[in-house]
Amino acid sequence: MARSSSLLYLDGVSVSFDGFKALNELSLTIAPGEMRAIIGPNGAGKTTMMDVITGKTRPDSGEVFFNGTVDLTGEDEASIAELGIGRKFQKPTVFESHTVWDNLELALKAPRGPFATLFHVISGAEKKQVDHLLDLIRLGSKRNELAANLSHGQKQWLEIGMLLAQDPKLLLVDEPAAGMTDAETAETAELLKDIANDHSVVVVEHDMVFVRSLGVKVTVLHEGSVLAEGSLDHVSANERVVEVYLGR
Amino acid sequence: MMSSFLFRAMDARAGLFLAIMAAVIILVPACNLLLPEGSTFHVPNYAVTLMGKYLTYALLALAVDLVWGYCGILSLGHAAFFALGGYAMGMYLMRQIGTRGVYGDPILPDFMVFLNWGELPWYWYGFDMFWFAALMVLLVPGVLAFVFGWFAFRSRVTGVYLSIITQALTYALLLAFFRNDMGFGGNNGLTDFKDILGFDIQADTTRAGLFAASGLALVLCFLICRAITRSKLGKVLVAVRDAESRTRFLGYRVEHYKLFVWTLSAMMAGIAGALYVPQVGIINPGEFAPANSIEVVIWVAVGGRGTLVGAVLGAVLVNFAKTWFTAALPDIWLFALGGLFVVVTLFLPKGIVGIVSQGWTALRQRKISEDYEAGSDEPPSQAPQSPASPANVSPKTSSSTLPADAEPQPAE
Ligand SMILES: Nc1ncnc2c1ncn2[C@@H]1O[C@H](COP(=O)(O)OP(=O)(O)OP(=O)(O)O)[C@@H](O)[C@H]1O
Ligand SMILES: [Mg+2]
Repeated sequence: MARSSSLLYLDGVSVSFDGFKALNELSLTIAPGEMRAIIGPNGAGKTTMMDVITGKTRPDSGEVFFNGTVDLTGEDEASIAELGIGRKFQKPTVFESHTVWDNLELALKAPRGPFATLFHVISGAEKKQVDHLLDLIRLGSKRNELAANLSHGQKQWLEIGMLLAQDPKLLLVDEPAAGMTDAETAETAELLKDIANDHSVVVVEHDMVFVRSLGVKVTVLHEGSVLAEGSLDHVSANERVVEVYLGR
Repeated sequence: MMSSFLFRAMDARAGLFLAIMAAVIILVPACNLLLPEGSTFHVPNYAVTLMGKYLTYALLALAVDLVWGYCGILSLGHAAFFALGGYAMGMYLMRQIGTRGVYGDPILPDFMVFLNWGELPWYWYGFDMFWFAALMVLLVPGVLAFVFGWFAFRSRVTGVYLSIITQALTYALLLAFFRNDMGFGGNNGLTDFKDILGFDIQADTTRAGLFAASGLALVLCFLICRAITRSKLGKVLVAVRDAESRTRFLGYRVEHYKLFVWTLSAMMAGIAGALYVPQVGIINPGEFAPANSIEVVIWVAVGGRGTLVGAVLGAVLVNFAKTWFTAALPDIWLFALGGLFVVVTLFLPKGIVGIVSQGWTALRQRKISEDYEAGSDEPPSQAPQSPASPANVSPKTSSSTLPADAEPQPAE
């Protein structure tokens, strides 16, 4: 796909840590409105790819464009977030000494400057939105609970809620089902599918049942580059993919 | 906008603090000036000055708590801002001496005459005017903090590294102010003050006035800190403290937030220093000593980090203990202080305020459960609120309990 019509465009991206190539000439394109699943063995570079997109890691070479025109390699984390890219981390990171409510309020799309927040008074519309999100992530009864007291799965959901509160164009979701029961995993897949109706989403996940239930195009990463791409059945039939997974 | 901003500062805890402060500000000067010396309730002059000094320390501790307790910036250099505010005030007081100095020079302070300086250095201009000195009390620490913070926060220096460079900052200033050719009186500093705003600095009424001014400054800064920490900005600060990089990925420019509180905090420390100097009658480079900044951190830790009230309480209690110890058992004080710090860190990670509020919450929980068991309809309440709970979110939070639970954690 051409860069101009893409939402996210990575071309020939390489990142190395002390000589070790975590990403090796990675090229990947996400179309507007698309949901994409990314799989790959441990250390394949999935998280590193998200680090590059969100400005945490600078690529050694290669191009990263958002919306076809915005060069992300020149932006920092905060401005990339402001551009409309939200991220859920592999290890759930929420603000532990804040309540569930405050976590969501902080994430809500609103002016981000110190003076705007200093004089901010929460509006009725914002309260409604937080309430709506609380329902969606099923934490309504925990609204005044400190995030530190949530279970692992609840933290994952809270972080997804925070992601939605930001109302980004593109959501990068790193292993949302890790540490969840089967039932929770299924619910999470449903939630993500709902979200994908009006957002573009990139999901990294090891759980194949989860990936299958999403029913979207899959990209297999291995040693920092794309090994195969297509439907889950298509990539699972690929010999190299089988080799990479069984070889571990 | 402004009214809702200030309104936010108020709740039961702030109210209690303000009531106590109001009583102190009125009663101490009144009992000093109005009661005869023989009266049981007479407050002696030395005690007024001593307590006034504690109040300025409390303000310094409050400033440290704002950056450390809420934003996770462990400053080991706040005494530098305090001392700079003090020097700005000291320069005003020096110029008020006029011809009453030993050498009787109408313009030059004694130490300059002694050093055979022909004229006043340019940076002493304007300090004969109170308004100018007052402005400098805010601007000098503020600008230094802004420049320092601009570089440090933009290059993302955090944690121990930041603490170390704040120590280096205060140490560098210590060495600089020791030098005679800096023009700040070198080793001896600035002293022999005569009057302030035309009032004799030794007079009982002036001392009482300075005491009241220190109390008022503390109250005002407390309210500002309180309004800040309970605003959405305050929540962002706590978010930065707990998970700095997560905050960035939400789109907040962490360095701007840090710079804002850091600069504000330095200015508050400057005010504290400016009120300290006329009460103790001297400012010298010793105030820049790295150990001073570390002591402030201990006060805050003892009182309870991230509680504001705790910083004030810790500063007053530890300094009271210091006064007592240095008179009764002077050799032991440093060991006692070190021991206190160890005990607090090990056994009271939330400080005195943390313990008190934990006890209070537990008591209330028990009472509510008892009522519940006794047949009342109201179910036991939920977990306590976070300290950063704003007054404006829901009715339930506006009467929020003391923070029993927000243990600050290092940023990831
Ligand atoms: N900051 C870093 N410094 C050094 N090496 C790193 C760094 N970040 C990642 N790596 C290495 O880069 C490789 C790719 O890591 P990455 O976290 O992107 O893998 P992943 O595909 O997300 O794996 P997992 O499925 O385990 O999450 C790994 O070998 C990892 O050790
Ligand atoms: Mg990963």
